[in-house]
Amino acid sequence: MAAAMALSSGLFYSCTESGAEGKTLPILGEREAVEREVGGKTVVDTVYHQIPDFAFVDQDSQQVTQNTVAGKVYVTDFFFTSCPTICPKMKSQMLRVYEKYKDNPNVLLLSHSIDPQHDTVAVLHDYAERLHITSDKWHLLTGEKDSIYDIASKYLVPAQEDGDQAGGGFTHGGHFILVDGQRHIRGVYDGTEAASVDQLIQDIPVLLNEKQDGQK
Amino acid sequence: MMGLLLLTTLTQCFTDKQNEGQRLYVANCQSCHMEDGTGLRGLIPPIAGADYLQQHRQELPCLMRHGIEGTMVVNGQEYNKAMPGVESLGTDQITNLLNYIQTNFGNKNERYTLQEVGQLLEPCPPHQH
Repeated sequence: MAAAMALSSGLFYSCTESGAEGKTLPILGEREAVEREVGGKTVVDTVYHQIPDFAFVDQDSQQVTQNTVAGKVYVTDFFFTSCPTICPKMKSQMLRVYEKYKDNPNVLLLSHSIDPQHDTVAVLHDYAERLHITSDKWHLLTGEKDSIYDIASKYLVPAQEDGDQAGGGFTHGGHFILVDGQRHIRGVYDGTEAASVDQLIQDIPVLLNEKQDGQK
Repeated sequence: MMGLLLLTTLTQCFTDKQNEGQRLYVANCQSCHMEDGTGLRGLIPPIAGADYLQQHRQELPCLMRHGIEGTMVVNGQEYNKAMPGVESLGTDQITNLLNYIQTNFGNKNERYTLQEVGQLLEPCPPHQH
């Protein structure tokens, strides 16, 4: 599990390493070549992996959907509040991202609970209060269990219920996923490693600049 | 010569035991209480500079073995998050872990003897598995 994560993050790092100036981030995930006819000629379009529409509820009972994140850069992860293993570490690292981009309305954070039965809005509300975070920036999400596990796979994050008491009953990757305004995955980071999260914090402006360029 | 050898062996043994406390901390405590023992804001109480370590010194061995649920107050702040126990730890390991916690992260609290921890663990034997 940990080894698989190290391997996958290693793979992703090798693709994203480059200088800070003029840096771009790849679009990750499977892509499809789709052929279409234009004026009798065949044109091939590349269709990139995109996060599908979604609808969850956050710690303040607000609906959070694809419209909430439209045109914004967001970082997402999967956790559960009673997790005794990697989650606290992930949350302490996500707090670094939160503090860094607290005042930038173009950056959002979405943390999905993979134990929605236990992690109700009330539980998430208490958790957020104790973390001293606000829901206009960092949404702690709950919802239909199947929808959450389904979207985890779309973010390429492994998540499953395993019933192992020592681990809290669930297994999930400690990944932080960086997503752009078109819901394309642009980076995968190890949310338990400070150095990897440093990289994430440096990569966010690359997408923010991209967005500005696009508006010109 | 033999004396020196014995001394070296004893020192190594002692050093290993010191490291055991740290190793056990990394393996069992660090993911929640963090590398520097500061905990996680209002969710997970700190170990660094925690008044709880002195005020509840006698309860700590059983707390490590069986965990704790419900609210607790550390340095004036209330926390309410269940901590799982580590049933598999022996008396010697609990002693080393406690002594590591009581004397690191800026803490300068009294150490435990193995005998003392043994007595404090008597009311909370490991559960049958």
